[in-house]
Amino acid sequence: MDGIHDLGGRQGFDRIRHTPNASPFHADWEKRANALYGLAVRAGILNMDEYRHAIERMSPRHYLSASYYERSLTGLATLLVEKGLVTRDELERLAGGAFPLAAPSAPGRTNAVDAPRFRVGDRVVVRNEHFAGHIRMPAYIRAKRGVVVGESPPYPFPDAHAHGVAADDEPTYDVRFATSELWPNAADDAFVHVGVFRSYLLPAP
Amino acid sequence: MSASEPKSVAPIERRVDAVHAVLAGHGAIRDELVVEATRVAEEQWVPENGARIVARAWTDPAFRARLLANGKAGAAELGFELPRHHRHLVFLEDTTEVHNVICCTLCSCTAFTIIGLPPDWYKDLDYRARVVRESRTVLKEMGLDLPPEVEIRVWDTTADTRYVVLPLRPAGTEGWSEERLASLVTKDSMIGVARIASPAAASA
Repeated sequence: MDGIHDLGGRQGFDRIRHTPNASPFHADWEKRANALYGLAVRAGILNMDEYRHAIERMSPRHYLSASYYERSLTGLATLLVEKGLVTRDELERLAGGAFPLAAPSAPGRTNAVDAPRFRVGDRVVVRNEHFAGHIRMPAYIRAKRGVVVGESPPYPFPDAHAHGVAADDEPTYDVRFATSELWPNAADDAFVHVGVFRSYLLPAP
Repeated sequence: MSASEPKSVAPIERRVDAVHAVLAGHGAIRDELVVEATRVAEEQWVPENGARIVARAWTDPAFRARLLANGKAGAAELGFELPRHHRHLVFLEDTTEVHNVICCTLCSCTAFTIIGLPPDWYKDLDYRARVVRESRTVLKEMGLDLPPEVEIRVWDTTADTRYVVLPLRPAGTEGWSEERLASLVTKDSMIGVARIASPAAASA
C-alpha cells in the first residue's frame, strides 16, 4: 500500500535528532511493549509481515504522532483483535479507555507467475504496480532501473505472508539504484541499495 | 458516558497492561518471560557484539574474507546468532573510496542482535525519509563530512536480510589487541553515520 510508513525520499523533514549513546528504551512500558511483541511472534500468534503491515495500516495522523513503541503496540493489539484473541470492547475495558487500532487490511496476493530469476550483474526494472496490501517495495523504486549486486536466500513472500495467503518463499535481490535514476537532479549523488523480492522485478528492456 | 460520546484514549501504560493481560490470558506469555526478554534485549543485544566481529575482521584477513562472503557464518564463528527470520547477514566493507550507511525506510529493521537495538534517531521519520535521498547532507549534519570523491552507498533494509557496516580501521592502531580495537567500535560506526577517529588524533 502507498501508506504513510513509506517515507523514503519524502521531503520537508527535519534534521536528525542525533543522540549518541542514548539508551534504546526510555520507560518501563517501552521495554514491556518490546518484549510482548517479540514473545507474541515466538508464540506463533503473528508473523513479522503481519506485524509490519498492521503498523502500516494505522491512521496516518496516529502513525506520525506515535512513538516507535506506541506504533509497535498498536500493531500488536490490532492483530490480537483481528485474530480473535480479544474483542475491541474487552481490550478497551482492560485499558480503561479508547485503544486506537489500525484500519482493516486489503487482500493479499501470491507470487508473480512470471517472475524470472536473476544473477549478480543483471539489469532490472521494478514493476510499475500499485498493490493495496502489504508490500516491501518502497515507492521510490517503483518503475526504476537498477543492477543486481547480491542475492539472499528465500524468504516468505510478504505480500502473501502478511495476509495468510499461500505462496512460495522467494529470493530477494540487492539492487543498486543511482540516486540520479531515483530522483533526477533532485538528490545527493549516491547509490541506494534495496532488498527487492523476485516478484517485484522484471528484466530491464 | 453515552455510547455516542468518544472515550478519551487510555494512557499508553494502560494499553500495554491490556495487551499484556490478553497475551497472559491465552497462555502465550508468563511474567518471567517478559522479564527475561527485556534482560536479553538490554544485556545481550549490545553493540559490543558487532565490535568484536569488526575487531576480528581488522586483525585476521582470513576471517575478514569469510565474513564478507557470509556474514551469518562469520558472526556464528564468534558465537553470535541471529533471530530465526534474519536469514542472511551482509557485512558492508568501507574503503578509502567507498562509505556505506544503513537504514530502513519502511519501518526500523536492523541486525539488532549484532549492533544492539536501533537508536531513536534511526527510527525517527526524519532519518527514514532523508538518508536515501540526501545521504551526504544527512551525514554532514551528523558530523561526518566525507570528501567529495568518496562514493556513498546507502542500504535500505526492506527484506529480512540485515546489513552491518564494517568500518575502516583507524590509523594509529597498529599492533593493538583485538580487545582494545573492539573498544573503539561504536553502534553509529556500524550503522555508518560515523567513521572511527584515529586515537592519536583524538588525544592530540
